Amino acid sequence: MSAPATTTAIRKHPPAGWHVATVAETRPETRTARRIELDVPTWPGNDAGLHLDVRLTAPDGYQATRSYSIASSGESTRVVLAVDELPDGEVSPFLVHDLQRGDTLELHGPLGAFFVWTPPDAAETPRAVQLIAGGSGVVPLYAMAAAHASAGDATPFRLLYSVRTPEDVFFRDELAGLTASSAPLQLDFVYTRQVPDGWPTAAGRLTKAVLDAAAVPAASRPLVYVCGPTPFVEAVAGWLIEAGHRPGDVRTERFGGS
Amino acid sequence: MTKLDGNVLAGRLADVLGWDATAADVRCAACGAHGAIAVTVVYVTPMGTVARCPHCDSVLATFVDGDGGRVWFGMPGISALEVTH
Repeated sequence: MSAPATTTAIRKHPPAGWHVATVAETRPETRTARRIELDVPTWPGNDAGLHLDVRLTAPDGYQATRSYSIASSGESTRVVLAVDELPDGEVSPFLVHDLQRGDTLELHGPLGAFFVWTPPDAAETPRAVQLIAGGSGVVPLYAMAAAHASAGDATPFRLLYSVRTPEDVFFRDELAGLTASSAPLQLDFVYTRQVPDGWPTAAGRLTKAVLDAAAVPAASRPLVYVCGPTPFVEAVAGWLIEAGHRPGDVRTERFGGS
Repeated sequence: MTKLDGNVLAGRLADVLGWDATAADVRCAACGAHGAIAVTVVYVTPMGTVARCPHCDSVLATFVDGDGGRVWFGMPGISALEVTH
């Protein structure tokens, strides 16, 4: 007897596993961050929004593991990270300053069955997507926007990106390209420390009023993805609920300073 | 101590359970609230990792690393975990 077809098929994700990655390329992303492209021959591919764990082992056996969002998606075995240095961190200074082309890294992934976006299939009703990034929290959201564009998906996509200064923008050229693609992305910036010349407002933190003005309204029932430092995510998630978004429609991912 | 959320448990859960359970529902034994593991409140310290209920702050699960790759995985506050075959 075959299993009956169901209308709510469980989407199968590639299984997580441990992998050895070789650094294929690194380059500066911003003044404090580095883009790292890895070749991972055993990588099963990944959906957009996922992360991986990097495990470093010292000569004395001490191990440190940290999670990093993946900027790439799809079936490729080339995996792209963009890592911001936390000056007091245990792992990120090594990744940003010391990692060289040809070095190997131990990875665990792809990880994150919750914070993931896939293009809607024919049986699904497309839902607008609002992405909200704080700082380097843009990495998994950029992956979602890029996956949306490469799928040629017609779902409306909007990214609200809170960033310190124009020089701190991750994937600046790629994001600009996505806004002009055939599956367009609407991109809104909030600059918290320094604005570009001619910017209409002063630098300042994201507020509820700015969020309400720049985000897909709750009445449109968008899927909302929020990623950033813990205080940013908690403030934004609270405002979204106040604005009428359903808790189940708001997906959050927090990162911290270690 | 770093305050995070349950997304960061994906790798640990894949190691101890064999699958990434961050989208699975858990029920808090103390208050009965339930939700995805990803939305639990997670504190990471050098001693280990603790997941707490976002509604009542009860300890749901703990991970303590021992020597030689051993992990002590405790689930003192989970009354049920959603598993999909």
